[in-house]
Amino acid sequence: MSAVAVAPALPDALPAVKLDRLPLLLVPALALIALPFMGSFSTWVTLTVAGIAMGMIIFIIASGLTLVFGLMDVLNFGHGVFIALGAYLAISVLGLMGGWTASENLLLNLLALLPAMLVAIAVAGAVGFAFERVIIRPVYGQHLKQILITMGGMIVGEELIKVIWGPQTIPLPLPAAFRGSLLLGEAAVEKYRLIAVVIGLAVFAAMFWVLSRTKAGLLIRAGVQDREMVESLGYRIRRLFVGVFVAGSSLAGLGGVMWGLYQQNVTPQMGAQVNVLIFIVIIIGGLGSVGGCFIGALLVGLLANYTGFLAPKVALFSNILLMVVVLLWRPQGIYPVANR
Amino acid sequence: MMLHRVFSGDLPRNRLLTVMLLAIAVALAFAPFVFPGAKALNVAAKICIFIVLVASFDLLLGYTGIVSFAHTMFFGIGTYGVSIALARMGPSWPAVAAGAGGALALSLALSLLIGLFSLRVKAIFYAMITLAVASAFQTLASQLSEITGGEDGLNFKVPEMLTPGFSLSEQPFLGVSPDGKLISYYLVFAATVALFLVMLRIVNSPFGRVLQAIRENAFRAEALGYRTVVYRTASNVLSAGFATLAGALLALWLRYNGPDTSLSFEIMIDILLMVVIGGMGTMYGAVVGAALFIVAQNYLQDLMRIASDAVEGVPLLPDLVHPDRWLLWLGILFILSVYRFPAGIVGKLRAMK
Repeated sequence: MSAVAVAPALPDALPAVKLDRLPLLLVPALALIALPFMGSFSTWVTLTVAGIAMGMIIFIIASGLTLVFGLMDVLNFGHGVFIALGAYLAISVLGLMGGWTASENLLLNLLALLPAMLVAIAVAGAVGFAFERVIIRPVYGQHLKQILITMGGMIVGEELIKVIWGPQTIPLPLPAAFRGSLLLGEAAVEKYRLIAVVIGLAVFAAMFWVLSRTKAGLLIRAGVQDREMVESLGYRIRRLFVGVFVAGSSLAGLGGVMWGLYQQNVTPQMGAQVNVLIFIVIIIGGLGSVGGCFIGALLVGLLANYTGFLAPKVALFSNILLMVVVLLWRPQGIYPVANR
Repeated sequence: MMLHRVFSGDLPRNRLLTVMLLAIAVALAFAPFVFPGAKALNVAAKICIFIVLVASFDLLLGYTGIVSFAHTMFFGIGTYGVSIALARMGPSWPAVAAGAGGALALSLALSLLIGLFSLRVKAIFYAMITLAVASAFQTLASQLSEITGGEDGLNFKVPEMLTPGFSLSEQPFLGVSPDGKLISYYLVFAATVALFLVMLRIVNSPFGRVLQAIRENAFRAEALGYRTVVYRTASNVLSAGFATLAGALLALWLRYNGPDTSLSFEIMIDILLMVVIGGMGTMYGAVVGAALFIVAQNYLQDLMRIASDAVEGVPLLPDLVHPDRWLLWLGILFILSVYRFPAGIVGKLRAMK
């Protein structure tokens, strides 16, 4: 009597993409492997926090770059300009608020840092918008020209920074309350690094939320996977791309503020120097993958600090070695993005 | 026709361009007599060396369509090879030969390795990897200070014939005393001419045509039966070899070598500007680009100083035309070149007829 066709039971959820968990273990594994070499636990804690802080800042800078590449196949060699721009804006803004930064009051310091970051985010975003319009738009889809033209943008940007702020190295001291370190048990942890970790985690969380819980994020992820398909469904991916480019530039500006405070001095060439580092990070992570970029940034940060302590000479090449090892394991990076 | 053979059938093909190239060639050939003074001779020698360097980069970028940021690495291997050999073995010709030979061998091996390892991937990937490798190499050179002299670099003596103290005859020749400096200059000049003509021969050979086919459409070239990886790697190795020789010439000329003279990223940028402004994929672009850029580098600043003084008092303007900001204007010219005339000055002139 069961003439009524029974509809096959709907699966409870859509077939989920199998999560590739192995790379997630890399960061704790690296930290644990390093532990026996450090001599004391407190040194290890100090170095690990320092490494994570450095990794977070690198991630903030590199995440925009990798998304821009994933979405539009555009690699911006001029990304470094936004980093330097952010750092120089921080000098100007913090310089205006000398009274607040000199005070020992943590709240006042944070109030001084906040506008510096907001200005950096806003200006770098605006410059990014113009950069996309003027520099990148005319050369979509032409890789060779893209590399050349963004490099040209980098040269001009660096020179313009020299015009505005001068060519010399400018010190960027930390606000008073961020200096010095906290003692966690035996381990000394610099306060600013803790702040960097907090900000980095906040950015990662916000980005994760946008990418996985909003429609724009869905479109971005879809666009990274298959641009033409998204376009054929009627979405203007070009607009989305402009948005991602501006956001990426803003993040680079924010990262520039943090990197400048981390190094405590700023040179016009810092953009080009950090550029090399973030290229290594996004190659390690897999071009276009934000998760890979996060893991890559943490690995680079940790390894730089561990080797810097154990063997300073090796530290200069630790990034390259890491890149070679990762590429031998997974030639497309930790999380290869489809269709690339 | 004789001229035809020498230039491998690839003549400038434009009257204005021919005049320009002839002017540059004549100016370089008679530089010690026409432009007296140490600075002018230095500029002329630098132009010669950069013509070789930029032409070798053009072989890679303009003819094969590969963007590499490791070109200064090979240039640096050349300078370091000759300087280390001269510093260790003393000023003799065998030392020069050993240094240049060793450097050449290292460059060829390294470029072969990098090429086979990473030329299978996309252009962007290669650009990034070479950027990372080059920066690592620069760090390496400044760290191995026992061998390379570190940040201070190396001062060394060149074979006696090339030293300013050496003199061919007491009589000044056309108002210039024929000393070692003059001999060095003509050594550099002759090497430049020879190497440039060899490169011109390479790009106009069947091999060069295949490289251009790969640049235009790698997929189609592969379909026609050319192993693109092999050709790309060969182009990479050749260009690295010529860059190394240019480096060896620079070391002989300067008698000093440090990380900033040959390895720095600034020089990489300079090469990029020269090849694009001069004209990619033309070889003659290297001559025009190098001459224009180095003259600008050395003399544009004087011009800008005048301009800067003229607009004194106007806000911001004096900073924009400040003598140290010459790279800003060349950078803008570079961007405009990539947009407006991708084949650079040479391409523009050839199109004008």
